[in-house]
Amino acid sequence: MSDDIDAIDATDDHVYLSLAEGHDDGAARWAFGTGFEDPLHGVDTAVPDGVDTAELAAMCLALGDDALVCAQRLAQWCTRAPELEEEVALANIGLDLLGQARLLYARCGQVDGTGRGEDAYAYTRDPDDFRNTRLAELPDTDFAFCVVRLLVLSSWRLALFGRLASAADPVLAAVAAKGVAELTYHRQYAADWALRLGDGTEESHRRMRAALAAVAPYLGEVLDARPQFAAHADAVRQETLAVLDQVLLAAGLDLPAAAAVPGSGRRGEHTEHLAPLLAELQSVARAHPEAAW
Amino acid sequence: MVTAPSLRTARQVAAQVPDPELPMLTLADLGVLRDVRLTPDGTVVASLTPTYSGCPAMAEMRADVAARLRRAGFEKVEIRTVLDPPWSTDLITPHGRRTLREYGISPPGPAPRRTAGPVPLVLGAPRRAVGCPRCGSTDTEETSRFSATACKSLWRCRACREPFEHVKEL
Ligand SMILES: [Zn+2]
Repeated sequence: MSDDIDAIDATDDHVYLSLAEGHDDGAARWAFGTGFEDPLHGVDTAVPDGVDTAELAAMCLALGDDALVCAQRLAQWCTRAPELEEEVALANIGLDLLGQARLLYARCGQVDGTGRGEDAYAYTRDPDDFRNTRLAELPDTDFAFCVVRLLVLSSWRLALFGRLASAADPVLAAVAAKGVAELTYHRQYAADWALRLGDGTEESHRRMRAALAAVAPYLGEVLDARPQFAAHADAVRQETLAVLDQVLLAAGLDLPAAAAVPGSGRRGEHTEHLAPLLAELQSVARAHPEAAW
Repeated sequence: MVTAPSLRTARQVAAQVPDPELPMLTLADLGVLRDVRLTPDGTVVASLTPTYSGCPAMAEMRADVAARLRRAGFEKVEIRTVLDPPWSTDLITPHGRRTLREYGISPPGPAPRRTAGPVPLVLGAPRRAVGCPRCGSTDTEETSRFSATACKSLWRCRACREPFEHVKEL
C-alpha cells in the first residue's frame, strides 16, 4: 500500500537525478542540443481543417530563425556587457527567444512534411536555408547597436505576436500568446536603454545615432515581412513604427532615411555575417553528429 | 499487497513536487501543475505548463513528477504540456506567496491586464512600489529587470541596505 505520501521523499530537491532516472532505459542522451526532450511533448498537435500547412511552416521557420539568431547574438554579450546586470538581462532575453525558437521549430517539423525535430533546424541547416531577417544576424559593434536592434525586433515581434495569438493553428497561437508577455519585457528593456543613451551624454547620444544609421538600411526588410507574414504586414508595420517614433522622440533621436540593402533574409539571402555565426553555433553538432553520452 | 492508488494520492504526490528553480515552492504553489487525472485504464495524466517559453527546467519538472508518481505506486504515468492559456504569476497561490516572502523573495503583484489592441509602452513611468521582504520598507529600487532566473528581477532596499529578488509580474 503506497497511499502514504510521507513515504515519498518530499525533501528530495535533487531533480536532475530524476531526469537521469527518466532515462534509465539505457537510452543515452545526446551530447548537445535537446535530443532528449521535445518542447511540445504531450501537446495536442492536430492541425485544424483549413490551415495552410505550407504557410504555417514558413511562419514558424522565419520566426524560429529570427529568435535563434538573435539569441546567439545576445549570448555573445556574456562576459563583455557594460555591466553585470546587463549581461544577465541580455542572457535572459536570449533564453526567452531560444525557448520560442524551440517551440516554433518543433511545430515546423510537424507541419512541413519532414518530421524533423528542433535540433535538425538549429544544427544541420546551411545559411541559405535560414529565413531570419538580416538585421538579426549583423554583428554587435556596440551596446547602442544591440539596444536599437533589440528595440526594432522586439517591437515588431510583439506587434506580430499580438495578432498571431488568434492564429487558426492552436500551437502557433499559444506560442505567440505566451511570447507577448516576454516580448513586452524585452521591448521595455530596449526602450529604457534607448531613452537613457539617447538622452544621456554627448557620447552616448552620438553612439545611438550611429546605431540607428546602421540599423536603418535593414528596417525596410523587417517591416516588409514578406512573404511569410504578408497577411499582417501592414498593421504590424504601423504599430512598430508608432513605437519607434514614441521612443525616439522621447530620446531626442531621429530615424534616418536610408536606402535599403538589396536582397532579403526572408528569402534566404543573407549577409556575410550569418555563416560564421552558424559555424560557431553548429560546430559541435557538425563535428560529432549524433554524439551521445 | 499493492492496491490501486487513488486519484487523491496522485494529486497530492504531483502537487508536492518542488520547483527546480524556486525549490521552496511546489509546482502546485507556482501554478505550474495544471491538472492531474486518472484515465479508465489507470494511467495518471499530469499536465504542466511552462513559466517562460525558455524555461530550462521543464524537462526536469516532467521527469520529477513522473518519477515521484511511479515511486508512489502508479505504474502508468503520462505527463502533458499545456501552453494555453499561458502561465501567469497570478497563478501563484497565497501559500506560495507567503513562502516566497519567508525565503526573502518579494512575491509578484497583480499581472498586467492584457487588453485588446497594441500592448502599450510606458516610458519612464514610476515602477510599482515593491516592499522589501526583509524589513517591509517600500523605499526600494530596481537594480535590474532580470536576475539569475527569467522570472525574477533584482532590487535593493534603501532602508535596510539589503539586496533582494522580486518575482516579476507576468
Ligand atoms: Zn529592507
